[in-house]
Amino acid sequence: MIDHLLQVENLETQFKTPDGIVHAVNGVSFTLNEGETLGVVGESGCGKSVTMLSCLRLIPSPPGKIVAGEAFFHGQDLLKMDPEELRHVRGAQISMVFQDPMTSLNPVMTIGKQLCEPLKLHLNMTDQQATNRAIELLGLVGIPRAGERLKDYPHQYSGGMRQRVMIAMSLACNPQILIADEPTTALDVTIQAQIVDLVKRLRDEMGMAIIWITHDLGVVASIAHRVAVMYGGYIIEESDVKDLYANPTHPYTLGLLGSLPHIEEKVHTRLFSIEGMPPVLYKKPVSCPFAPRCTFVTEKCWQENPKLETVSPGHRVACWVDTKSGSKR
Amino acid sequence: MENEKNTLLKVDNLVMHFPIYRGVISRQVGAVHAVDGISFDVKEGETLGLVGESGCGKSTTGRAILQLYKPTSGEVYFKGKNLVKLKSEPMRMMRREMQMIFQDPYASLNPRMTVRDIVGEPLMAFGQASGKEITERVADLLKLVKLNPDFASRYPHEFSGGQRQRIGVARALALNPSFIVCDEPISALDVSIQAQVVNLLEDLQKEFNLTYLFIAHDLSMVRHISNRVAVMYLGIIAEIADRDELYVNPLHPYTQALLSAIPVADPVYYEKNRRKVLEGDVPSPVNPPSGCRFRTRCPIADAHCAEVQPELREVSPGHFAACLKV
Ligand SMILES: Nc1ncnc2c1ncn2[C@@H]1O[C@H](COP(=O)(O)OP(=O)(O)OP(=O)(O)O)[C@@H](O)[C@H]1O
Ligand SMILES: Nc1ncnc2c1ncn2[C@@H]1O[C@H](COP(=O)(O)OP(=O)(O)OP(=O)(O)O)[C@@H](O)[C@H]1O
Ligand code: SF4
Ligand code: SF4
Ligand SMILES: [Mg+2]
Ligand SMILES: [Mg+2]
Repeated sequence: MIDHLLQVENLETQFKTPDGIVHAVNGVSFTLNEGETLGVVGESGCGKSVTMLSCLRLIPSPPGKIVAGEAFFHGQDLLKMDPEELRHVRGAQISMVFQDPMTSLNPVMTIGKQLCEPLKLHLNMTDQQATNRAIELLGLVGIPRAGERLKDYPHQYSGGMRQRVMIAMSLACNPQILIADEPTTALDVTIQAQIVDLVKRLRDEMGMAIIWITHDLGVVASIAHRVAVMYGGYIIEESDVKDLYANPTHPYTLGLLGSLPHIEEKVHTRLFSIEGMPPVLYKKPVSCPFAPRCTFVTEKCWQENPKLETVSPGHRVACWVDTKSGSKR
Repeated sequence: MENEKNTLLKVDNLVMHFPIYRGVISRQVGAVHAVDGISFDVKEGETLGLVGESGCGKSTTGRAILQLYKPTSGEVYFKGKNLVKLKSEPMRMMRREMQMIFQDPYASLNPRMTVRDIVGEPLMAFGQASGKEITERVADLLKLVKLNPDFASRYPHEFSGGQRQRIGVARALALNPSFIVCDEPISALDVSIQAQVVNLLEDLQKEFNLTYLFIAHDLSMVRHISNRVAVMYLGIIAEIADRDELYVNPLHPYTQALLSAIPVADPVYYEKNRRKVLEGDVPSPVNPPSGCRFRTRCPIADAHCAEVQPELREVSPGHFAACLKV
C-alpha cells in the first residue's frame, strides 16, 4: 500500500434543516500525496466545502453531522482524533484559506497581531521572533513595506492584499497541507493570477501539498496536478489534470468543459449548455444524481447509482455509459 | 460619417464624479473619479463588451448612460437625442427603450412580489396594459425566456439563480426596449447555468434586434458575446476595438496584462506559456495618478507617462488605444 499524506474514505455528511435532511456529501473517497496539488471543482452546493470542512471537523454541529467515513492523516483518523490533538493538527500541519478574507480576518485586530498569535501559540516563539517571522511572511506574499504595514487593520488592505495575508497566515507554521477554498473567486483576474503564481512558487519552495477548491476550470488547469469533479455530493470523475482536459469522460464533466467559450473561438459557435438545474439534496438518490440532466441517460441509470471505477490508469469515473463509444460499461 | 446612421448610442466625454463629504458642516473634501471622460458609440444590433477590474467604473458608466445618475458632465445621445438635456417626462418615455439587467439575481427582484407583478410592473407603470392583458403578456414574456408561465404566481425565492436571472430578463423585455445594459448578468451564476443565460440573450438579440452593452469581468465570455470590446481602467477607456482585433492584437499594456491573466481551461497551455503577471493593485479613484492612470503598474512606463495623459487615439481603423507608446 502506498502511504498517502491524506486518505479519505467514504465520507458522508448531512445537515438537519427544517425542510428535511440535506445529504451534502454522500460517500466521498480521495487521496492526497506529498507535494501534490489536488483541484476540486463543481457547481455551487455540490459539497466541495463541506467535504473539506468535514475532514477537519469544522462543520457546524448541529445542524451538520458526519455520519460515516474516515480521514487518515499520517495514518491517524482525523475524524476520531482527540480534540486537543486535532487542534494542533489544524493549527500547525493542515491549514485552510477561505473564500472571503474579510470574514476570516478579525476587523478590530491589527494584521501583525493576527499573524503573530499562532506563531507564539503553536511554535512557542517570543514576541520578537514572531514579529520577525511575520514581516518575513508578508514579504513572501508580496506586501511592500511589510514592517510598517503590520500595524494596519484589515480594512486598510485591498481585497487582493487581504487574501495574500490569509495565505501568509496559513503558511505561518509551515503546514504539510494547505486547503484553499475558492481563495481567488472574489478577486479580479489580474490579482487572481498574482495569487495563483504566488501559491505555485511557495508550493515549489516549501514542498507542501495543496487542495484547491474552485468552480473555475481555468484556474484548476493552471495549478492542479490531479482533479476531482464533484456533483450532488459525489466525486463523479477524478484524474490527472492533463488527462481530464484531454479525455473528459463523465457526461457532466463533458458538459462543463463544453459550456465554456473557447478563447480562440474564430467563428461564433453557440455554447453548449447543460439543461436543467443542479439537484436538490433532500434525498440520497438511488439513481445516478446526474440522470435528470444527462443526455446519455439509460434505463439502468435510473435504477442504480454508478460507483467511481477506474477506466484507465489514474482515471476514475462514475457512469454506466462509456461516453466515447456510447456503449454500456 | 457614413456610420452615423445606425449609431444607436453615442457617449461623449462622459464624466461621473461622486463627491465625498466630511465634517460637521459636510464640506466636500474630494470626489471619487468613477468615470472620467469616456467616449464611445454603440451601433444598432451590436453588443459592446465593457471589461475592466472591480471599481474601474463599468456599472457607473451603464447607470450614467441610462440617466440613473445625473452625469457630472458630458453628453449621452440615444437615437440622436441628448438624454442629459431631456426633461423628466420625455426622459421617462425614453426610458422604455432602455433597460438594465443586474448582476445579482437574488437582490434585484423584490422578494414580496410575485413573478407576474415583477414582470408586469413596467407595463402598468407605463399604462401599456391592464388586468388580463398583463397576465397574457407576462405569460408570453415568461415563455420567451423559457420559463413555465404557470410559475407566474410564485415568488422569487422559489427559483434558482438562473431562473431568477431569466425573470429579470423577462422584466427588462416587457416594454420592447431596443437597448439593454447587461451589468454582469452571469457573474453570480454557475458555469453550466451561465451558458443557458448567454444563449438566451443571444437568441433574444437576434429575434428583436436588440443592442447590448455587456458589462463583465469574464474576458472569455465577453469575447464570445461581443462584437466590439472596450477596456476600462480607473475611470477611463484604455482600449476599444473589434473583438477579434482586441484579443489577437491588444495594443495597450493593460489589455495585454488582462488578457494574459485569463485562466485557460487547458493544462498544456500552462506548460508552454509563462504569463505576464501584473504587479500591484489598482490605485484609488479619489486621487488617480497623474499622466497615464496605468503608469503605477505599467511594465514599460517612463517619466513621460507621469506628465502627459494619453488620449484615446485611433491607431488603425476602428482600433483605439490610450497609450503614449502605441
Ligand atoms: N450549515 C448548513 N446547513 C444546512 N445545509 C448546509 C449547511 N452548510 C452546507 N449545507 C448544504 O450542503 C450542501 C453542500 O454545500 P457546500 O458548501 O459544500 O457546497 P460547495 O460545493 O462548497 O458550494 P460553493 O461553490 O457554493 O461554495 C449544499 O446543498 C448546502 O446547502
Ligand atoms: N453611488 C456611489 N457613491 C460613491 N462612490 C461610488 C458610487 N458608485 C460607485 N462608486 C465608486 O465609483 C467607482 C466605480 O464603481 P463601479 O461600481 O462603477 O465599478 P465597476 O467597474 O462596476 O466595479 P465592479 O466590477 O466591482 O462592479 C468605485 O470606486 C466605487 O466605489
Ligand atoms: S450514469 Fe447514466 S445518467 Fe449518470 S452520467 Fe452516466 S449516463 Fe448519465
Ligand atoms: S502611457 Fe506609459 S504608463 Fe501608460 S500605458 Fe502607455 S507606456 Fe504604460
Ligand atoms: Mg464552498
Ligand atoms: Mg459593477
